[in-house]
Amino acid sequence: MQLIPCPWCGPREEAEFHYGGQAHVAYPEDPSALSDEEWAQYVFFRENPSGPFAERWSHSAGCRRWFNAVRDTRTHDLIAVYRAGEPMPEVIS
Amino acid sequence: MTVSPLFAWTDRLAALPVNASERPFLSQLTVRASDPAAIAAMGAVLGVGFPAVPCTFTAGSGEFGDVEVLWLGPDEFLVVAAPDLQIPIEEALRGALGSARGSVVDTSAQRTTVVLEGPHVRDVLAHGCSVDLHPSAAPAGTCVQTLLARTGVILLVTGADSVTLLVRSSVAEYLAAWLSDACVEYQT
Ligand SMILES: [Zn+2]
Repeated sequence: MQLIPCPWCGPREEAEFHYGGQAHVAYPEDPSALSDEEWAQYVFFRENPSGPFAERWSHSAGCRRWFNAVRDTRTHDLIAVYRAGEPMPEVIS
Repeated sequence: MTVSPLFAWTDRLAALPVNASERPFLSQLTVRASDPAAIAAMGAVLGVGFPAVPCTFTAGSGEFGDVEVLWLGPDEFLVVAAPDLQIPIEEALRGALGSARGSVVDTSAQRTTVVLEGPHVRDVLAHGCSVDLHPSAAPAGTCVQTLLARTGVILLVTGADSVTLLVRSSVAEYLAAWLSDACVEYQT
């Protein structure tokens, strides 16, 4: 089973984590001003890259903290993990 | 009479090669706080400094006797003390927290505690726990929240051959049954 490095607890088994989708999707500044199509874009549409992808993960069976990870979608390698609020590190794919 | 979650397992746990025994009804308080001054003040009230390093715990004694403070997250701790102290400790911690942002909640009923001792403890746990429990990776003072046989536990390494498990009361009997099974090959 793959080990995922929690930024607080260190490497832990994949089964301790939950996936939270794409990271850095900002809540709209003024949601009421959005058209239905813009709202649908915000709620439902996500990137689907082949390569490095910044994602949210939760260490749900451990420290229960959300953090961000850059994962290569082609290899499932976790290239970098970083705590919530920290900027996405530069990654070379 | 109040019956503890593992009362029915007392004799079976004691007969295991890991000498398992329940420590029921410990006082447990979940503390959420991030202000360093408030955390220091709460440590002073207990006579035990709060752990500053993730995945560790601290132990000491003071006004409330022997107390352990467990790191559960960057702003979350579990204070563990002898039974029937949750109300005075809650009041003392709330006083020390003062107006700083945070909370102190009595969670004593959530978990029971099982102490394991003996040379086979790490081997038995390794059957159901993926965390590296070798003494070089998990020395005394280690506190990890992880899955043991798919059960969420807090695992404290208290000495070379001793581990304390905190497990939710409702699944404690499942964990006791799993422990009994995992111990079979170490029976003499
Ligand atoms: Zn963690």
